[in-house]
Amino acid sequence: MSDLHRLTVTQALKGLRGGDFSSRELTAAYLKRIEQHNPRLNAYRHVAAEPALKAAVKADKQLAKGRKTKSKLPPLLGLPIAVKDVLTVAGMPATAGSRILEGFVPTYNATAVQRLLDAGVVILGKTNTDEFAMGSSTENSAYGVVRNPWDEERVPGGSSGGSAAAVAAGLAPVALGTDTGGSVRQPAALCGLTGLKTTYGRVSRYGLIAFGSSLDTVGVLAHSAQDAAAILGVMAGFDRRDATTLEDAAPKIKLNGKFELKGLKIGVPKEYFVEGLQPEVGQAVRAAIAQLETMGAQASEISLPHTEYALPVYYIIAPAEASANLARFDGVRYGLRVPEEALFDMFTHTRGQGFGPEVKRRIMIGTYALSAGYYEAYYGQAQKVRTLIRRDFEQAFEQVDLIAAPATPNSAFRIGAHSGAPLEMYLEDVFTLPANLAGVPGLALPAGFDSQGLPLSLQVIGPHFSEERLLQVGHAYQQTTDWHTITPMATLDAQP
Amino acid sequence: MPLSREDVEHIANLARLHLTEDEKERYREQLSNILDHISKLQELDTSKVQPMSSVVVEQSRLREDEPGPAMPREDLLRDAPEVAAEQFRVPPVLGGAP
Repeated sequence: MSDLHRLTVTQALKGLRGGDFSSRELTAAYLKRIEQHNPRLNAYRHVAAEPALKAAVKADKQLAKGRKTKSKLPPLLGLPIAVKDVLTVAGMPATAGSRILEGFVPTYNATAVQRLLDAGVVILGKTNTDEFAMGSSTENSAYGVVRNPWDEERVPGGSSGGSAAAVAAGLAPVALGTDTGGSVRQPAALCGLTGLKTTYGRVSRYGLIAFGSSLDTVGVLAHSAQDAAAILGVMAGFDRRDATTLEDAAPKIKLNGKFELKGLKIGVPKEYFVEGLQPEVGQAVRAAIAQLETMGAQASEISLPHTEYALPVYYIIAPAEASANLARFDGVRYGLRVPEEALFDMFTHTRGQGFGPEVKRRIMIGTYALSAGYYEAYYGQAQKVRTLIRRDFEQAFEQVDLIAAPATPNSAFRIGAHSGAPLEMYLEDVFTLPANLAGVPGLALPAGFDSQGLPLSLQVIGPHFSEERLLQVGHAYQQTTDWHTITPMATLDAQP
Repeated sequence: MPLSREDVEHIANLARLHLTEDEKERYREQLSNILDHISKLQELDTSKVQPMSSVVVEQSRLREDEPGPAMPREDLLRDAPEVAAEQFRVPPVLGGAP
């Protein structure tokens, strides 16, 4: 079979179980595509070809044995997957897109990774990311820009841009990402993928290189809601190593059978349809909502009145948490050290040279917001307004089941479009930040294309721990539309 | 509110970041713009609002503090830039700026 890379997760698992192809063949097919396309796309930071093939062969033995003895097999046995390079995989370099972690090879697996490995996945490699997941374009990686497979002159979004480009281009069937302010949903939107941002506390953050600890979530970039559900079901749940995970956080997601949209109340927040929104994005979102209505849902306009304050709140809280989290990178225990005569100078030079411009910028904002004399005015006020933003969502979810809105203000922008203008770049996340501040889950769904052939996206946001419902709605939508099945793979493969 | 060069140097010092002269000027300008945007929050009256101190929906809970196996020392030292006598080695603490 030459089209193994086009299979969905469900199809791939079925084929593996049935012996239609081996995990080795499937893994080799992806590795071949990585070899072919990664030099241009730069989606992967590290390709683990040898270990992946070894793991695939091992999975094949288990699969063969399982077929013979009819014994129960791990749910994702033999499935290749890519992991964003902010999650640790034992024995693979972890850089978080930063020079300061160059040479760091962690000895332990992130909990999300460990659970996927226990479920039988084969890890293809680590995907490129904005440095410490700070960015919306993956231009902030110390290891080069990632290109959007739909148009290589454009960004794939970020910070999980490597994972998004890899899945869109068929260099992995599915990938892990992380979302602190939109870093799963925004690249999913810009690359035509389904991107799930989980509820804060749904998936353990152990082994996730921390950026904003009250905002960080682990999520999935996939071709469909069904594929995302298969991964979430395995990696979610309580972990004693992350006290913010909930006891009963492991969802049993059932997408088979018909999910009734009848009676589903969808709120459309008027604050998300503002000046600056690319008209085609608004049209695609309206059309998607109309589609959900034909399936029985009821849409009505709602208000999330503090939406305009989400960006300033985020750019105090996230940098404040980052400035504390990134204090650990000091040249002592791992990664880069710039040799200096005295300890203090070793710290400042290691950090000055090891961190890139955006990371330094955010450390400075955060340090300022937390410094004596400014703490109450900045951080204190931001925490209070954060309460108001969360209350907006709580009040909305008293009236409606889900919120439907754009995921991004526009389709994929050109590489370099926002260079030297950090605030412009921050505005790219204006529709995704509020969910992180409130801690609620969100799902980006492919919803059409603009006149330049670039993907457009619908975002659905639900109350805390409503992933099952989000994925059911996503699945229902994808049963009646085919936007999610359209990929850039054929165009990509036709290139010389 | 525009930052001064001294402000930038003070913040960089607190954050233990060595900046070049170019960086100081660039960050002075960019941080001033960003802080300007952020100060939008001051227009809201929050005198009756509680700060959001936790994102988790349910109450935080306690767990038993039970000792378990630690990561092997040799594994952790393997990633260190400089090691001596099974410990992280660093330059002298005294001296240097400030």
